[in-house]
Amino acid sequence: MTTRAAYAGQIQELKDSVVTMASMVDKAIARSIDALKTQNVELAWTVRRADQEINDRRWTGEEQALTLMATQAPMAGDLRKIAACLHIFTELERMGDHASGIAKIVVQTADEELLKPLVDIPRMAQVAREMLDGAITAFIEGDADAAWRIAARDDEIDTLYNQIYRELLTYMMADPGTINRATHLLWAAHNVERLGDRVTNICERTVFTVTGKFEEMDGLPGDYDPAAASANGASG
Amino acid sequence: MASTTMQPGTVKRYRPRLAWRQQVSRIWRWIFVGSTALAIVLLGMLLVSILGPGIPWLSWHLVTDMPSRLPERAGMNSAIWGSLWVVVGSAVTSFFLGLGTAIYLEEYAEKNRWTGFIQTNISNLAGVPSIVYGLLGLVIFVDALNMGRSILAGTLTMGLLILPVVVISSREAIRAVPPSLREAAYGVGATRWQTVRHHVLPAAFPGIMTGIILSMSRAIGETAPLLVVGGASQVLFRPSSPLDPFMVMPLQIYNWTGRPQEEFEQLAAAAIIVLMIILLLMNSVAIALRQHFSKKARW
Amino acid sequence: MALESKQKAEQGAPVRVPRTAVNTAERANGQAAEAKPIVISMKDVNVHYGNFHAVSGVSHDIRQNAITAFIGPSGCGKSTVLRSINRMNDLIPTARVEGRIEYHGQDVNARDVDPVEVRRRIGMVFQRPNPFPKSIYENVAWGARINGYKGDMDELVERVLTRAALWDEVKDKLKESGLSLSGGQQQRLCIARALAPNPDVILLDEPASALDPISTLKIEELLRELETEYTIIIVTHNMQQAARVSDETVFFSLNEQRQGILVEAGETNKIFTNPDDERTEAYITGRFG
Repeated sequence: MTTRAAYAGQIQELKDSVVTMASMVDKAIARSIDALKTQNVELAWTVRRADQEINDRRWTGEEQALTLMATQAPMAGDLRKIAACLHIFTELERMGDHASGIAKIVVQTADEELLKPLVDIPRMAQVAREMLDGAITAFIEGDADAAWRIAARDDEIDTLYNQIYRELLTYMMADPGTINRATHLLWAAHNVERLGDRVTNICERTVFTVTGKFEEMDGLPGDYDPAAASANGASG
Repeated sequence: MASTTMQPGTVKRYRPRLAWRQQVSRIWRWIFVGSTALAIVLLGMLLVSILGPGIPWLSWHLVTDMPSRLPERAGMNSAIWGSLWVVVGSAVTSFFLGLGTAIYLEEYAEKNRWTGFIQTNISNLAGVPSIVYGLLGLVIFVDALNMGRSILAGTLTMGLLILPVVVISSREAIRAVPPSLREAAYGVGATRWQTVRHHVLPAAFPGIMTGIILSMSRAIGETAPLLVVGGASQVLFRPSSPLDPFMVMPLQIYNWTGRPQEEFEQLAAAAIIVLMIILLLMNSVAIALRQHFSKKARW
Repeated sequence: MALESKQKAEQGAPVRVPRTAVNTAERANGQAAEAKPIVISMKDVNVHYGNFHAVSGVSHDIRQNAITAFIGPSGCGKSTVLRSINRMNDLIPTARVEGRIEYHGQDVNARDVDPVEVRRRIGMVFQRPNPFPKSIYENVAWGARINGYKGDMDELVERVLTRAALWDEVKDKLKESGLSLSGGQQQRLCIARALAPNPDVILLDEPASALDPISTLKIEELLRELETEYTIIIVTHNMQQAARVSDETVFFSLNEQRQGILVEAGETNKIFTNPDDERTEAYITGRFG
């Protein structure tokens, strides 16, 4: 029998909470984008209501982590992991808020016609969802290299966002009547872009858990290769 | 793991036989009570056989007069003084010699085969018949060192006799001092002597005193060595110098029991009572001393 | 918080480095360790008890005016190493210490070095409180007296008992037996006793393991106060205590031949948040198997 089997079990439960909350966030993103594409107000309201559950999850998750810290005196790797969970719960909750924000825009623009069929925003959201899935997996498995690679994909999201920005700007300059709808779409795109940033934060926490070093992951090039970078002594 | 005894159906694996075990326990208790009773009865019989004839002859004059051929005028004054000299003298010599040996063996010496050999020999010496000590005393003190059959020779001989007991009990007492006390003393930078003098000895003192008490009880009663070294002739004065001849109580008693007159037998019984009283007094003093010192050093 | 410290350091003010768990780049630039001089230096120390090789190849430097904690599982030699520093192992006939243990550069085991002098300068407090069965006053005074203290003894006793945070509790009963105090008080008395000969290093072998939690915390506070004047080495099997109290931690364990070895040594913050060796991590997180 491993010593501290009960403790290991509690840490596993904490990790499960993270995974559960992440999948709830993923569903919220998917639904909110779906609602945006199809202007489905009912679906939007569902997303908004479900956000309450995501918020609750954050508090229970934090409580779980705090209880672990108070009762089990975690050290070293365990301590970093549990501290990371505290932050990840917060990031996931914010991501849920972003999805809810998109749903709010759906409600606000319900009676307006879509400016154009949405292609880029859903593509951005898809990348964000893939990133979220990868980041959570990397955290659970303690894979720092994977975390670096996923953080690098934020570059794709930023590129797409810039594209959408320019496109919507063109629309607005061409026809001032579209300003209202374009602005709303821009705001929705912004929410998705923020999703990418949040996932990057999660990746930073993953690397911290594994290496004990806190390294900024902003502005990584899209083809960032962690193995090559550490060989050149570039990290840290 | 769940207890198997508490589950139904497993009770059959145990046969407590409580009543039988209690009965056996009771039987043993009676055996022990019986042994104690037997010992007390035997001692009682001994006491009675002495107190009976002895008490009528108890008087101050028994204690203050010198021996004489006439039972009415016979006293044991010289024997009492002689015994006191011998006991105190031998206690003092063996105390210093014995304690010194014990301290060396316990605190200073390395624990190797040589010291183990010494220890075995000391233990053996404790069991050597006392007459052997008498012969030893005769050869060394009386003859070779020319002390003659003097009280000095007697004291030294008895000192040798009780030395092994003192060494052994002092060693036990010193060994019983917890190592933590020594460590504490060494820890503040004390030398070995400082540790022994200020901490080990005071703590071992009660045990050492017990050893002395036991030894003195033996010294006051041993007859054989002093028979050889002191002689059994009449001594009619108190010893005033170490080289004087002497008499001790057990020898006086032996002497009187050898006389034909019946009164001397009764006198002997009285002398035994006196001996026991003196022994009790001596022990009380030593025990009081031990109590006093053990109050100071409490664990 | 780390940024403020850096600014302060640049202004030349003495910086009390905050105990942060994160290794930022600034810390890596050496701003962290106020380079304290080394008091005790151990080089390749091996200890044998008869034929049993108890401790193997231990090398470490102890810094002045810091608290160093020795941690590790039972039987891994931490107490043995501690006791070698002030030559208490001399009291065990079968013990043999090899290697070099230096106190301010001088070999403690050299032939011309008197262990009594070593122990005057390197004091010791033991696991079970063991005050002398004498009065409280004598407990403190005796150590000073046998080392030739010629000054005002009353003043020394008061000063040392105050230093050990015990004066207020015992000032009215100095003539009472040291054994009449509670466990925590007895241990503080033992600390006072260790301070009396004016040592420069204090070794504590699991000093709080026989005490209740409140007394334990009081002792820990006391050690923090004493740190400014003395160098302290504490052996403890209580990891939380090591984490709370020490500046540096040394982790001992057993190798395959069941000999005690030094696995990892470093700043306490690092050892408990991000140790280098996986054996250290396994011990600290309590996972053995």
